[in-house]
Amino acid sequence: MTKRPNELTIEEVARALRAREFSVRELWDACAEAAQEKNPELNAYLELFEADDAAIAAAQKRIDENDSSLLCGIPLAIKDNILIEGKIASAASQMLSNYRATYDATVIQKLKAAGALFLGRTNMDEFALGGSTENSAFGPTRNPHDTSRVSGGTSGGSAAAVAAHLCIAALGTDTGGSVRNPASFCGVVGLKPTYGGVSRSGIIAAASSFDQVGPLAKTSEDARILYDAIHGHDPMDATSIPDGLYAPRAVGEKLRIGVLKTLVSKEGVDEDVRALFSATLEKLTTLGHTLVDIEIPEVDPALAAYYIINFAEVSTNLARFDGIRYGRAVRGDTLLDDYVRSRSEGFGPETRRRILLGTYVLSSGYIDAYYRKADTARGVLRQAFEKAFDTCDVIATPTMPTPAFKMGEKSDPLAMYLEDIFTVTANLTGMPAISVSMGSVEREGSKLPVGMHFTAPHQAENVLCALGAAVEKA
Amino acid sequence: MATIEEVKKLAALARIKIADEELEAFTREFDAILAYVGQLEKFDLPAGNAEMPPLRNVMREDGEPQTPRSFTEKIAAQFPAREGDALSVKQIISHD
Repeated sequence: MTKRPNELTIEEVARALRAREFSVRELWDACAEAAQEKNPELNAYLELFEADDAAIAAAQKRIDENDSSLLCGIPLAIKDNILIEGKIASAASQMLSNYRATYDATVIQKLKAAGALFLGRTNMDEFALGGSTENSAFGPTRNPHDTSRVSGGTSGGSAAAVAAHLCIAALGTDTGGSVRNPASFCGVVGLKPTYGGVSRSGIIAAASSFDQVGPLAKTSEDARILYDAIHGHDPMDATSIPDGLYAPRAVGEKLRIGVLKTLVSKEGVDEDVRALFSATLEKLTTLGHTLVDIEIPEVDPALAAYYIINFAEVSTNLARFDGIRYGRAVRGDTLLDDYVRSRSEGFGPETRRRILLGTYVLSSGYIDAYYRKADTARGVLRQAFEKAFDTCDVIATPTMPTPAFKMGEKSDPLAMYLEDIFTVTANLTGMPAISVSMGSVEREGSKLPVGMHFTAPHQAENVLCALGAAVEKA
Repeated sequence: MATIEEVKKLAALARIKIADEELEAFTREFDAILAYVGQLEKFDLPAGNAEMPPLRNVMREDGEPQTPRSFTEKIAAQFPAREGDALSVKQIISHD
């Protein structure tokens, strides 16, 4: 049976559009119809946009004139914390449910210039705080492989939309694993670029020293195509970096894959996930890559350090939402009432929790014990990773310690945080990382995908995408 | 150990109200999280760098100004209350 247009990859669609196998309009309709049909069950999209006839016609014209942009005419799903001018951007929060973006994020400007189309805005954990998309103010996103399970998060809507073919590819954001975690749970590819590699102008901030925009796609090659289109220095983002800021390291065809054995053998990592991880590494050695056992004991405090910095930055960033200028505005008797009522009604439970934790770790009596110590641990970790890359080209772990869990299973917030053990290191070090599906494990009759995670030195995204493609073929 | 009173104080500082019936569970979870991240103390880390990192100007150069008023209406349309192009807020300084 031939695949429907919405089931294809960016590469396949770009070729088919140029071979006149279908038009941009037919492609849009296939994606939009699939989204309308499946979204009531999955809740991947918070809003499906009307077709933009002018943009569809313009994309078709460019293709008819043999434009080389691979993203021309490609319908994409965009996470709800990325601004598209004139559209609501709510970060899945009641606080911003009425907020209409006044400008395009830089990544959106770049995608529009490439001729891409936008199907809708996707569900997420409120303000990108969580790991399952259960913290959305508008209901969780369900996993397309088993709707009793979570999609992962925080970019769960984007990952589910890609996995269920409700779009060709999507953008998410990654603060502690928010692109890679749902990529693992939904069986798609998720790339977290080097910190500063992609502009964050027009992205609703969560934790600013970690946040990066990243692609979610059906293949590693598609992820690379999207990354190529959105990355680059931007004067509108003071943290963005030019290409070539970090000296490239010589990498051969055959890679030295560093394996964090001690970390992977820790309690809490699912046995089936571990077995699949070992089997996948084994396959990579048959392709000529070599495995190197590495130890980075500095990883042990990483999760604690990550959360301290996350709380601190979240509480600082979310201080701007006060009910005065935009967003939810509840009025009381006094100005203080206005602030308190707007914030208490606007923020959900996890967001409130992190704001309070951030207020605590930054308070004068505790800042040395928590925030400054976490910052030191982060510096030490980064040095240790840089040193580890003297003996290997990439570092491998599973993306998540478990396959997708059941809705409501991790109601204890700390249990949810512990799922991030493998992903937060890339955010702490600023290094790029990818999750690519390494197969699936069976749970109660459902085949649940599981991701392989690779980290590379700063700005070595090309190595990650090439290795991801090798895993797909292995 | 955080107490309910401390959580209430933090909430007041953060301009957030935690409902009374939520306070106990909230404080318990808050404490568990603090105990977890507090493990950082056990790790032998180099003494924190007390010096601040060198300051550098992260602002871009002025230039290419926007056309005046090109964003005024879009931004003002988001105001919860407006008078013309101005954001209307509660009076906070009394004339008495």
